[in-house]
Amino acid sequence: MTVDNRPAALPVSRRTHINKRARREAFVGWLFVLPALLMYAVFVLVPLLLSILYSFNRWNGVGPMTWVGLNNYVTVFQFPNLIGSIFNAFWLIVWFSFIPVGLGLVTASVINRVATGRFGEIARTVVFLPYIIALVAAGIIWGWLFSLSGLVNQILEAIGLGAITRAWLGDFDWALSAVGIIGIWVLLGFCTVLLSTAMSKVDPALYESARIDGASWFAEFVAITVPLLKQEIGVCLTVTVIFALATFDIVYVATAGGPGNATMVPGLQIYILAFTQRNIGVASALAVMLMILVVVIILPIQRLNREESAQ
Amino acid sequence: MDKKRVFWPMLAIVVALSLILSACAPAATPTPEKVIVTSVVEKQATVVVQATVVVKETVAPIVVTATPEPKPAGPNCGTDPVVLKATFETGFPVPQQLADEFTKQYPNVTWDISQDQFANLIASTPLVLASDNPPDLLRLPTMVSFAKDGLLMNLDGYAKAFGWDKWPVPQLNQNRIDANGVRGSGTLYAMGLNYSLTGVFYNKKLAQQIGMTEPPKTVAEFEDLLAKAKAAGLQPIMEWGSAKSGMGLAFPLQQLMAAYGPVGPINDWIFQKPGATIDTPTNLIAAQHLEQWIKNGYFPSDINAIEYTDAAARFGKGEGVFTFNGDWQNAPYDKDLPGNVGFFLMPPAEAGGKLAAMSAPLTFGIAAKAKHADCAAFFFNWVATNDMARQINVTGFGSNPGGPADATMPALAAGSVTNETLAAGPVMGADGGAMDFIANATSSIFAQGWTPELQKMVGGKQDAAGLLKAVQAEYERELAQQ
Repeated sequence: MTVDNRPAALPVSRRTHINKRARREAFVGWLFVLPALLMYAVFVLVPLLLSILYSFNRWNGVGPMTWVGLNNYVTVFQFPNLIGSIFNAFWLIVWFSFIPVGLGLVTASVINRVATGRFGEIARTVVFLPYIIALVAAGIIWGWLFSLSGLVNQILEAIGLGAITRAWLGDFDWALSAVGIIGIWVLLGFCTVLLSTAMSKVDPALYESARIDGASWFAEFVAITVPLLKQEIGVCLTVTVIFALATFDIVYVATAGGPGNATMVPGLQIYILAFTQRNIGVASALAVMLMILVVVIILPIQRLNREESAQ
Repeated sequence: MDKKRVFWPMLAIVVALSLILSACAPAATPTPEKVIVTSVVEKQATVVVQATVVVKETVAPIVVTATPEPKPAGPNCGTDPVVLKATFETGFPVPQQLADEFTKQYPNVTWDISQDQFANLIASTPLVLASDNPPDLLRLPTMVSFAKDGLLMNLDGYAKAFGWDKWPVPQLNQNRIDANGVRGSGTLYAMGLNYSLTGVFYNKKLAQQIGMTEPPKTVAEFEDLLAKAKAAGLQPIMEWGSAKSGMGLAFPLQQLMAAYGPVGPINDWIFQKPGATIDTPTNLIAAQHLEQWIKNGYFPSDINAIEYTDAAARFGKGEGVFTFNGDWQNAPYDKDLPGNVGFFLMPPAEAGGKLAAMSAPLTFGIAAKAKHADCAAFFFNWVATNDMARQINVTGFGSNPGGPADATMPALAAGSVTNETLAAGPVMGADGGAMDFIANATSSIFAQGWTPELQKMVGGKQDAAGLLKAVQAEYERELAQQ
């Protein structure tokens, strides 16, 4: 049982004093935030608003801008590849979000249980490394690994699976999944470190009592770890789902949308429209629509997360 | 509750940021190749913001300064010190060496050179041209829209003054744009520092192995050689095809198109003549041949994942009897397979028919607001007519310097494939067979049309008729959006 040690209601004069102080503190706080806020406004809010403005105009980036109302949005809906590229982005959620979060949970749990101390740190660092490697370099490396004579196929041949070898990034059925595997490699570290940090905050007494009761690693994992980490899992899911839907870089460096648009995603389409076709208006319209789509997808995840944490 | 209120706008903004800035990933290195267009931009948000500023500053002056007619009275660099401001393309050392040699001969001229990747130039050139201090001389990744926006100098006066208009016709035509924005005729907006030629390179040893004693005279003879190579267990054709590099099968396809039909309609389509179509009966025959080549296994099975540089390297290592490419690759081929690389123009359908090839200038222009336009134009003329400059182009890089019909051609080392490409140029020119590249018809027809549709053909998901229809539809869609 806990005892409420908080003082009773404060005298009025003291309260005003505190209010004044709090206001001053708040003001100082805003001053601290101001530089970041300015950067945010210049590099985030202004481009965002400009994008929305551009989406109602026809503009090549240099010449005069002409107002076209909703025409750019109509054009976007007439894209032959639109549905396919959105479907691809959804398929990437499995690879960029579900698998890294699931695997990250398992990895973090194993590291926390088995590898404590220095070894645990090393393990976490190794898992996190891909997240900080420049994606362009990663794209080139994975291009080699997945090539016809690459390591992946060499391994497959060594274990007697020579029949299924192929140029993975150039194969219509497998290219998107191969891109997904690069995504797992990049995002697993992020999820693992985030979840592992959360796990270290879980009361060890819970695990101890479970072990005294003879619980296995799996039982601990299901009964303690996952339920107590719901919020962090929610954060991981949110970040990685956004990453999957708005992805550009991994796809660009791995396949550039090929073969035959099999890995085309909206992010890449926006890029081609804006910078190859120099059609800033249509590109902005697609970007705004993608933003709306992402918000619509993220909304339920957030709601679920909040409801659970409120319980 | 407050958190809730703050969270959604924040999330929306963060998401938007991630979309808007999604192109901020560091640029992948595009292939160092002249005709292929892959786009990379480093700082998208900055570009957009700058662009708005630029527009406000320059819309009015653009209208005023559009297509100024320079005085043709003997333009030159004078004797006072001149600093020529120039933009070159990274990975192509020819202009730099020409610039150095120019300064040696005209010491009053020095250079202020900036360089960037071709794909970055596509995004940055309009902004650079519209700025208050544009380069005098710059590599043009594309030109029609710049000319339309009044950003490029009209070179007709210089052409008259220097006599460029008397050079063999095809050289300048690709750099002309008419009043409707159609390339091929009209006002001259650019010059070539050299002229590339494409065709079929072959590995002499492997060709001998399959019994090729002389270049094929018809497509049928060529196909016979391809079948022999396949039967001998060799890779008949090495080519690239990844979306990152842009689909290399556009090379053999266009060569087949020119073998089975006239080049005029192909150029019309590339130059966006109203009503032009790529979906013609002869082009269908060409596409059907290509489809058959794919089905016969004449290309590498992993072609959809092969980068340009990998294909060039694999051919250099002896994989592939033939490869469709351009003379910009001469020096690396000579280095990889010394004395062992040959070149021929794609043979016609019927023996004795006309020869054709993609042949594009290394396009440079002068900014409409250039401070030293006369000197830049003088440099163009010097590059094509000065013996030392021609020497740099030919012996250094295997490129055809163009210029007057009677200009001397520098001597070359025996065994270099450049001998063969240089000899082939006039043969093709005499037949009137010069074409621009079908991948350059619109700025994204390669990325959105040819590459994905040809990749589908490799994957058995597209046939010859469907290919031409799909590309034509994409072409019309893009033109409608312009």
